Amino acid sequence: MGTYWTAFYVGGLICVFGQLMIDVIKLTPAHVMATLVVIGAVLDGLGLYEPLIKYAGAGATVPITSFGNSLVHGAMLEAERNGIVGIITGIFEVTSAGISSAIIFGFLISLIFKPKG
Amino acid sequence: MQNSKYKSLSKQLAPKTPILRNCVVAFLVGGLICVFGQFIQNIFLKHFNFTAETVGSPTVAVLIFIAALLTGLGVYDKLGQFAGAGSAVPVTGFANSITSAAMEHRSEGLVLGVGGNMFKLAGSVIVFGVVAAFFIALIKTLWGMF
Amino acid sequence: MKNKVGKQTLKFSNVSILSSSSVVGEMEAQGPLTKEFDELYDDQYMGKDSWEKAELFLLERSLDIAIKKANLSKTDIDYYLAGDLLNQNISAGFSARTLGQPFLGIYGACSTSMEGLTIASTLIEGGFGKYAMAAVSSHNATAERQYRYPTEYGGQKPVTAQYTVTGAGAVIVSTVPSNIKVTYATIGKIQDLGIKNPFDMGSAMAPAAADTIAVHMRDTGRQPSDYDLILTGDLASVGYPIVKELLKRDGIILGTEYNDCGLLIYDRERQQVFAGGSGCASCATVTYGYVMNQLSKKKLNKVLIVATGALLSPVSYMQGESVPCIAHAVAIERKEN
Repeated sequence: MGTYWTAFYVGGLICVFGQLMIDVIKLTPAHVMATLVVIGAVLDGLGLYEPLIKYAGAGATVPITSFGNSLVHGAMLEAERNGIVGIITGIFEVTSAGISSAIIFGFLISLIFKPKG
Repeated sequence: MQNSKYKSLSKQLAPKTPILRNCVVAFLVGGLICVFGQFIQNIFLKHFNFTAETVGSPTVAVLIFIAALLTGLGVYDKLGQFAGAGSAVPVTGFANSITSAAMEHRSEGLVLGVGGNMFKLAGSVIVFGVVAAFFIALIKTLWGMF
Repeated sequence: MKNKVGKQTLKFSNVSILSSSSVVGEMEAQGPLTKEFDELYDDQYMGKDSWEKAELFLLERSLDIAIKKANLSKTDIDYYLAGDLLNQNISAGFSARTLGQPFLGIYGACSTSMEGLTIASTLIEGGFGKYAMAAVSSHNATAERQYRYPTEYGGQKPVTAQYTVTGAGAVIVSTVPSNIKVTYATIGKIQDLGIKNPFDMGSAMAPAAADTIAVHMRDTGRQPSDYDLILTGDLASVGYPIVKELLKRDGIILGTEYNDCGLLIYDRERQQVFAGGSGCASCATVTYGYVMNQLSKKKLNKVLIVATGALLSPVSYMQGESVPCIAHAVAIERKEN
């Protein structure tokens, strides 16, 4: 599941790719994130993301691209079990932790802290 | 003056974006955040009952919590200005976009302010991720049937 | 039309500036002009619950100080003109509620200060009242959260971005004579050369500044060197060289008399303000603080203040529109009575 070195440089390279999208193509951060998520989904569709995770560990699971990967994974898992309908019922299965924790912690933090500007 | 002519004039006189510096910093910070994620992941693998399949979820949840906390403490925006994509691309950037929007709209109340605006920046990530995943999974499933 | 000169310029014979005020926030208090402002605040919330309430507080302080400096009371103000950057001009409206005098809300984005001074001067010159007050406010956090991103968001701002000034400035003009007079005002026309980037306001606004300065010079028959100081409101480091180049191509040379409020209000080496200051308060606080002090001390005699504004909205930008801009110029001169 990756080593510290592979996690470092693969994760770093994905970030460089994002930085080039911001500085050269002049996309906004939101556009960059949306693009990376779709790229992650496409790579999993092509069967390329899982091997990347095996090689780079957190270098592949931490960037937002893995979100796209998890969405496709969840959909495919359910589709294998329950046919085409599974695509819709399974999409959030694997990513549930990410989205739930972001909502919960985001909400709690907003109750406790005020923005400093 | 025509628009195209003005565009080239303003580009000529504009300050240059330090692309190389930005990429190097993004690489280092992004890489370090992933190293930290790897460290967390290894703890979950070793000391808890997670397998390579299931360890992604708790790892991501811990990183999200830390990013939300750093956003609350007013530190993440400074990190973001410094590191650019290095802090925006990891899932910590996703957490920061949700938390910062929630915090900012607190003054408008919990329901309409926090609840209604939380996904202002992160919404497109979820929407495009889900829509893309839907079509990709659909294509794969139909392909597998024929 | 005895009061109009040339195409777009108004001439005033009877408008004196009685007082002005400037109040600022944290970043500005730490900048190079710190001694020129009436009040400084080191907390961006000013002790209030929200950024918006903080901005309103600053605006109301600027009104109180200007009125006090002129030895007047609130009820002496015949007309109050104000504007800010927020949707529906809430700071201006709520401040007018507190002031309780006849009110005209105006909007010119960051050019609102000179728009207000121009209209206030016409009300005085026309004999419609004895005292007219014009004021503006802006706040870094309220502008960021409305036009760009939540303040704790980690998005990286580019080198062309500007830092909205947290502050407010007010001026009172009157028929009662003083040594500092408003002599001319040139009302600008919208200029839009296709810039679409909301993080590059300098490039968008420079053509408007160039156009208004050129028209002003042609209308009045003056040259830039006739002025001790020409200040644009917030072109900052990006727009500054562009406006000089545009005017040069038009045969008008801006020399050492030219500077920009967005560059004066901060120390770009020491403070992380990217290209420099912006916002209604950029022009207002530098003009009503620093410039008015210099005029009173006779260190400056003839100045031209060119406030620049970008008239975009968050919606227009997202719908792919470019940024239409405008600039209004007001000439302020010492005239011994």
